[in-house]
Formats: sequence, C-alpha cells, structure tokens
Amino acid sequence: MRPWYARNLAKAAFFATALFLAPFFLPNEYYINILILGGINALIALGLNLLLGYAGQISLGHAAFFGLAAYATAVATTRLGLPIPVGMGLGVSLSALVAWLIGMPTLRLRGHYLAMATLGFGIIVHIVMNETVEVTGGPSGFVGIPRLALLGFSFDSDRSYYYLVAAVLALAALFSLNLIDSRVGRALRAIHTSESAAQTAGVDIAGYKLFVFVLSAAFAGVAGVLYAHFLCFVAPSSFGFHFSVQLVVMVVLGGMASVWGAMAGAFFLTALPEALRGFEEVDILIYGAILVACVMYMPMGMAGAAAGVWRRIGRLRRGRVPGQGEGGHVG
Amino acid sequence: MSDSAPLMSVSEISVRFGGVSALADVDFCIAKGTVTALIGPNGAGKTTLLGAITGMVAAQHGRVALEGRDITDLPPHVRARLGVVRTFQNLEVFANMTVLENVMTGRHALAAYGILDGILRTPRFRAGERACREAALEKLEFVGLADKKDVLAGELPYGSQRLLEMARAVAAEPRLLLLDEPAAGLNTQETKALAGLISRVRDELGITVGLVEHDMDLVMGISDAVTVLNFGTVLASGPPARIQANPDVVAAYLGD
Repeated sequence: MRPWYARNLAKAAFFATALFLAPFFLPNEYYINILILGGINALIALGLNLLLGYAGQISLGHAAFFGLAAYATAVATTRLGLPIPVGMGLGVSLSALVAWLIGMPTLRLRGHYLAMATLGFGIIVHIVMNETVEVTGGPSGFVGIPRLALLGFSFDSDRSYYYLVAAVLALAALFSLNLIDSRVGRALRAIHTSESAAQTAGVDIAGYKLFVFVLSAAFAGVAGVLYAHFLCFVAPSSFGFHFSVQLVVMVVLGGMASVWGAMAGAFFLTALPEALRGFEEVDILIYGAILVACVMYMPMGMAGAAAGVWRRIGRLRRGRVPGQGEGGHVG
Repeated sequence: MSDSAPLMSVSEISVRFGGVSALADVDFCIAKGTVTALIGPNGAGKTTLLGAITGMVAAQHGRVALEGRDITDLPPHVRARLGVVRTFQNLEVFANMTVLENVMTGRHALAAYGILDGILRTPRFRAGERACREAALEKLEFVGLADKKDVLAGELPYGSQRLLEMARAVAAEPRLLLLDEPAAGLNTQETKALAGLISRVRDELGITVGLVEHDMDLVMGISDAVTVLNFGTVLASGPPARIQANPDVVAAYLGD
C-alpha cells in the first residue's frame, strides 16, 4: 500500500500524465493555444482558491497581480534589457511584494476590508496601465516581449510551451495539495469557519491570512510572467476588473475549497467562449444561461457535483437505494 | 488545593462597550488544580470576563497574569500557546472538517514542523503529523468520540459537538481551560456526564478549569471555588457551600 504522505504525489503524477496526453486528443494545433491559456488561468485559480476557497478571504483584484507581473517582466526584458529569468523573478516578486503591502494593514481588520482594498487596487492598476503610455504602451498594449527561452532552450513551438505550463501547473497542484494536507491547511480552513476558535487553537490568524494572500498573489504572478512570454504582447484590457470577477467565478463554479475544482472551473471557463464561437451574436446569452444552470444544478460547484456522483455510484455498488437530501461536501 | 498560588489572576479589570460598563474593577483568581466557577445573572459580565482573560475582548484597564507572568498585552493566539484555551457558548466547531481534523487543529501550535516541511513532506512533517494524529485520537477517546473520528463535525448531534469542542480544547494541552456554559442545551443525562468529564479534566489531565455556567447543580457539584458576578462587579467569592448561604447572592438571583 502507498504510504499516506505520498498520496498527493500520486494524484499529482496522475494529473501530470493526463496533461501530458491531452494534446494527442486534440483535432488541431489551435486547441493547444486554448490549453495553454486554460493552464495559465488554472494557475491563478489555484492560488485564489487557497485564499478564497480555504481561508475564506475575498480578493477582487487578482487580475491586477497577474497583470503587474506580466508588465514587470515585459519592461524588464525589453527596456531594461535584463535576461528573461531575471525578468520573470522580478515579476513574481513584485506581485508578492505589492500583496504584502496591501495585506499588512487590511488583514488585521475583520470583515470585508480585503475585498474593498483589492477592488480599489485592481482599478488603480488598470488606470496606471492605460495612462503611463511611455512605460506600458497605454491602451494599445506592450509589444515586442521576447518569447520564453531558458537555459538555451527556446520555447518557440506552442507544444513545447504547453508542456512547460503543464509542468508548472502540476507542480503547483502538488504544492497546494501538500499545503492543504498539513497543519497550515487546517489553520486556513479553521479561519474560514471561526476566527475565534482558530485563535484559541493558537493560530495566528492575521499572519496566516497575510501568508496565504501573498502566496495567492505569487501564483498569479507566475501565471502573469508565463502569459507575457507566451503571447509576447500584453494589453490592459486583459487585466481589468472583469477578469478579476471571472477568476472568482472560476473558483466558485469549480467548487470552493477543492484544488481540482478550481482548475476544472478555470479550464471550463477558458474553453467555453471558444466552444460557443459558432453561435455568433447569441453566444454571450448561451454563456450566461450555462453559468446560471451550473449554479442552479451544482450549488457546490463541479467538485461538489463530482463528489455527489461518486457517492451515489458507491451506494449503488453496495446495492442500497440512494438516499435523498444529502448535501455535497467538499473536503 | 485552593490555597496554592493562583494559576491565573485578574486584577482591577474594566471593560466598557461604548458607554456601557460591562466589567468594573473586577478581581478574580483561579487557583491551580481547581475547578473554579464564575456565576451570575444574565448580563453580569461572565463571558466578557472570559474574553478579557483570553484576549478576545480588549480591557480598558487592569492586568491579567498567568503564573505571575503579565499577559495583558498579548494577542489571543499567543495566550493560547501559553496555555489559556477556551470553549464557546455558541458552538464554534469547524463544521467543514472531520471530527479528527477538528481536534488536530486544536494542537496547531504543538505540531512541530514548518510550512516547507509540509510541502516537501519531510521526515519532520511525517513524524509531527503522526504524533499530532495520535494525540488527537487520545483526546477523542477521552471524551468518548473516537468512533466518530471520520464524521464531518457539522453532522454531529448537538451534545457531541459540545464534547468535540472540549476534546479540541484539551488537545492544546492547556494549563487553564475556560468553559463558557458547556451545559447549555444539554439534557439532564448529558449534563451529568459532562460533570464527570470536567472532573476528569482536572484530575486525570491535571488541567485547571474555569467554568462559566448557569446550571447550579453542576456548578455546586464539581467546583472547588465559586465567584459571583453581578452588574459587572464581584458580589461574592468562596467555596460553594458559603456562596449558597450568602444572602447577597440569593438576593441577586431571586431579585430583592
């Protein structure tokens, strides 16, 4: 039998294998693009899920952390002429540092101060990206970012880039799973349910909130630098309030407090507009209808629905009649 | 027993909420190795005093000391690590975790490994997590919930959730356990079992207990000392028999 502490490693290895095989089932290379963007969004959703799904803290500015890192590496690798790995490091560090600066004062307070602070922050970042034309290129975007090359290997083909994103995503999933299955994860979930009870268990709630907020911004930062060196072009419209809300929807739709749910939500919401492209003008209506249906029929998100189906199968196997009224619980 | 040095002492503590005075210059001691009860009519300030001792309520004035060490300025989680742990009047179990995870969370500060140990699954993490799990199971045995370890805490019946809070609190290996109305909502039989459990916490685990409670049979049955609060001030304090005979206390409970 597998030792208990290696269970997450096995899950992540299985996930990595699935990601590795995915391109072989795609009809053409265009879909690789969507997989890459899905993977990048899944990376942000993973981080946001740690903050929102587990610790119960809402950020409405994660698109800005994503964008900050993307612009930082863009400026560093072009105007400043720095090597790509240095630019990427700067980008991720900047997102984490800014999160720390926002979190320090706001996370000491109880209530929805973080949501308000990040909302304001996201809007400010978006305005700065649009207005500081000399640095960012303004509304028309920043062009000429170099395609990623590391240790002499250039990720020129979309397929090679996909495998890079897949590897990072699988590692991030393993990181999240291991973090959750430890006293840190228990502390985060405790904060979500009862801050008083968490305190009496010796949990430094302000410290843990700050830690997980900075961590989730760093995840968004990693996604941001991967995004910039993939598209080689960034524009403010990708990092607005709309995208911040979409990220929250990915986590909620996927299933709060589920690593797999958050990633499923991200891939689903990334692919859905592409799948609906054929419907032309009515695509946005169908998009909305699908979201409403998801929330109505899967109140606990995709992960909750999957857990429910799994339980039902288990019960049928044991030959019992399915009971009614059991809620979906996601661990 | 009760004449040894106080484990915890509160001196001249005052708490005001806006213009309302909840506690005014209250002195209160809990002697080591005792069950010390805090009683009084509704609104007397009992829960506020627990809050002031644990640091969850800010006191405008006064000091709190644990074995002579001043802990007045320490935040709640640091006081908890020093050994001041409480339960709650309105149950605060972690409903979305299993019973065992709840108790393991109670040992948060005792699990000796860092964030990176957890992510890299180092030997230190494995040893720490295994020890945490075993100790948590032991506490579940202690309160009689071991067979429910994998049940979601929110699905437990009310009385069992009270026991779970107790298991989670003693899992932190506290020096002082403060129980805020542990018998609220329990039936006579459950209350009787609770009385036995509280005595065992003192005698078998060696934990000093501070008890806020309305059930007088419970209080008088297991307490070594009783302090009576009324309108935010101490009305009387002493052994249970003397408190029961005190005319001021009787008047406060029955009205003049």
